[in-house]
Amino acid sequence: MNSKMRIVVNEHMDAIIEQWIELMKEEKGERFFHFMPQHLVEKTSREFTALMTSNITEGESALNNERLDDFTEKVIRFGWSIKFVNKAIDNFASVVFEMLEDEEVITEQNLRIFMGVFTGWINPLRESIIEAYAIKWEQTDTLQKVALQELSASLIPVVDKVSIMPLVGTIDTERAKLIMENLLEGVVQQRAEVVLLDITGVPVVDTMVAHHIIQAADAVRLVGAKCMLVGIRPEIAQTIVALGINLSDFTTTSTLRRGMQEALSLTNREIVEVE
Amino acid sequence: MDNRSSVEIFTEWDIVAARQLGRNEAKNSGFGTVDQARITTAISELARNIYLYAGKGKIEIERLSTDGMKGMTIIASDEGPGIPDLRKVMEDGFSTSGGLGAGMPGVKRLMDDFKVESEVGKGTTITATKWLR
Repeated sequence: MNSKMRIVVNEHMDAIIEQWIELMKEEKGERFFHFMPQHLVEKTSREFTALMTSNITEGESALNNERLDDFTEKVIRFGWSIKFVNKAIDNFASVVFEMLEDEEVITEQNLRIFMGVFTGWINPLRESIIEAYAIKWEQTDTLQKVALQELSASLIPVVDKVSIMPLVGTIDTERAKLIMENLLEGVVQQRAEVVLLDITGVPVVDTMVAHHIIQAADAVRLVGAKCMLVGIRPEIAQTIVALGINLSDFTTTSTLRRGMQEALSLTNREIVEVE
Repeated sequence: MDNRSSVEIFTEWDIVAARQLGRNEAKNSGFGTVDQARITTAISELARNIYLYAGKGKIEIERLSTDGMKGMTIIASDEGPGIPDLRKVMEDGFSTSGGLGAGMPGVKRLMDDFKVESEVGKGTTITATKWLR
């Protein structure tokens, strides 16, 4: 049974690919088959079908992990959604099934047995492709998180004794911890006397964010520097007041520029124009 | 319903999702930047309360339009432990988690209408409305 199926599928590979591409083109919402160059579509389709048939043409357990990885990576790069991948497998299965019927490999007598063989072929494939896909996404996700963490919260020494930490984006508990660590470490290392915390890029300042900022400022004071909060936008100022958060313990300014001037005057310096 | 959308709160990142939704809705309803910030902050507080105290819950946002008045309602509901002393949580500076204790009274000041229903052991529902002026 299996060997017969194998031979027929191999013989009709080109026809299967062609029909499958036609079916996939009818899928709405995915642009891959319409906008990609023809040879790329052809190549990817061939890889897909090769992957799909690998465990019947090369023996039962020959679902090649490397090939699977390669393929899923490619598909993710092309932006196929997981729904689309699933649809691709469905379409492939139905094309092959129809072809096998036409070739009379599947007849009414052996339909029941054949269903078993057929699902035994397609289902493990589907599972492993979807699993590989999910793992790839998880990897991308973690990588991006790491990348984001590297981007966030660095203390920059601008002039002697003055350092700036620009905060951009949402502050969650984890980032707040990172901010605190980098801030204290940096203050000591850079021998900063004044630190400017710039919150221009923080979209929402709620009580938790404010709490973390206050704690960071207190800690900075303990290591002997002064913390200033700069970049408070008008709407943020209003929400802070409405929330009833007390920020009167440290200097705040609307822009980084004014904060910088303030910081310089605190360290007994000023910017002068040279004649 | 068309004018109602919701976000489930399970993780800290769902708080971000909830306020993103709130900000978009507020923008589409015609609120100015200050009110947008108020609504977003209120959602952030309520969602964080769900995350901190109840573990999981839901933020619903509803667009209102009655008698020529337009507005937005935030409904934060959970099936958490409930609030034993309602008067106390509305006091400034009261917190059981070591926070600032400005969340609940803050939300009340940020929004126009504010209502808390809570039953110990059953859960809490907070409804807060901002009207478009």
